Amino acid sequence: MTTGITHHIPQPLLVAYASGALPHPFALVVASHISLCDECRAQAVAHDHAGGAVLEELSGSDLSEGLKGDVLALLDAPRVQARPQGRVGPYPGPVMEALKGAPPRWKRMGLGTRQTILHDGPEGSVRLLYIPAGQAVPDHGHNGLELTLVLQGAFRDETGRFGPGDLEVADDALEHTPVAEPGEPCICLAATDASLRFSSFVPRLLQPLFRI
Amino acid sequence: MFTCEQTYEPIEGGVPVAAATPRMSDDRSALSEQTGWMLRVRDARDKAAFARLFDHYAPRLKAMGMRAGLGAAQAEEVVQDVMLKLWDRAAQFDPDRAQVSAWIYQIARNQMADLRRKEFRPVPEALLTPEEPEPDAAQAVALEQETTRLRKALSALSDEQRQLVEMAYLGELSHAQIKEGTGLPLGTIKSRIRLGLDRLRHELKGTRP
Repeated sequence: MTTGITHHIPQPLLVAYASGALPHPFALVVASHISLCDECRAQAVAHDHAGGAVLEELSGSDLSEGLKGDVLALLDAPRVQARPQGRVGPYPGPVMEALKGAPPRWKRMGLGTRQTILHDGPEGSVRLLYIPAGQAVPDHGHNGLELTLVLQGAFRDETGRFGPGDLEVADDALEHTPVAEPGEPCICLAATDASLRFSSFVPRLLQPLFRI
Repeated sequence: MFTCEQTYEPIEGGVPVAAATPRMSDDRSALSEQTGWMLRVRDARDKAAFARLFDHYAPRLKAMGMRAGLGAAQAEEVVQDVMLKLWDRAAQFDPDRAQVSAWIYQIARNQMADLRRKEFRPVPEALLTPEEPEPDAAQAVALEQETTRLRKALSALSDEQRQLVEMAYLGELSHAQIKEGTGLPLGTIKSRIRLGLDRLRHELKGTRP
């Protein structure tokens, strides 16, 4: 658990996460924030209780004959239990799962900024960003939703200061210029449901090259 | 209104002191049947209690799967996987922090998301549990009461609103569509769960460096 978190997960995202409807890149960020924030963990579990109440009220479907017997017969069968990844350094368990337990393999993006793409698909992308202290993240707007979770260091932009565990929720209305604070490098987990469009620094033509 | 559930009012009285708290086994009568069955599965690996849980939840889980667009056979596969996980992970069940239905709900939606994506859905780090947890029946009973209130509130909603809530929690609405709220009293249940978490953190402090 990280203390001093001031920017949390908005409720609609928590409900979508609880129901399984949130696209994978955002679900990774939400699960990572919950790993660091007991306030949002409690809120997420509260939504599970609402989901549980809905489950209780559902009228059940008839089961195939034999399903119950099959399941009871399997109780003592050996099963491989997944061993979930725990936190390593600034990387919470869900990020370590996405990294398959290995350290991030950084790719340079210029001016000391680096990235590791964790997932890129039709429903969006999620990456780790490494921004040297004092360095600006290229000025960019968004085609859609962007979630940025600070894992180490801190950044500031037009909307405020974001330290470890803080989550910034940006939509396409926000053109912002995050700047890493002096001190240690800022490492973020960032998910978008579309390619970022940089308004400077990385020309648009180069975006496919960087996959950003 | 989903966005207005963030009023986190503290619960009167706070967490009861451990010394004055009866052991869970002394006060199980105050808990629901489902919780009782789940505790028997957890503590005694009781297959008869598991069968009761199966009878209660398996048909509902199948309905949940079919609402999510699964065919009958696939929905039954989910039922089987969820019920086996319930058995395998019973040691993690903690009535201080989750009701059985909430616990099964999150296992089920993870299972369904994994099935849809053919890869594991990101889940938060599991909480460490103390080697000898001090059961807190008062906390578990209070959480149960909050859940009962939640279910009453759900059934008191207008048909239209109830449908919206069902759709949201059965994964039929996207995050962008979930703007209207529920009117469900989640603030108090969240505060209660937070108390359970704080208590767990406090217990862990003594046992971990």
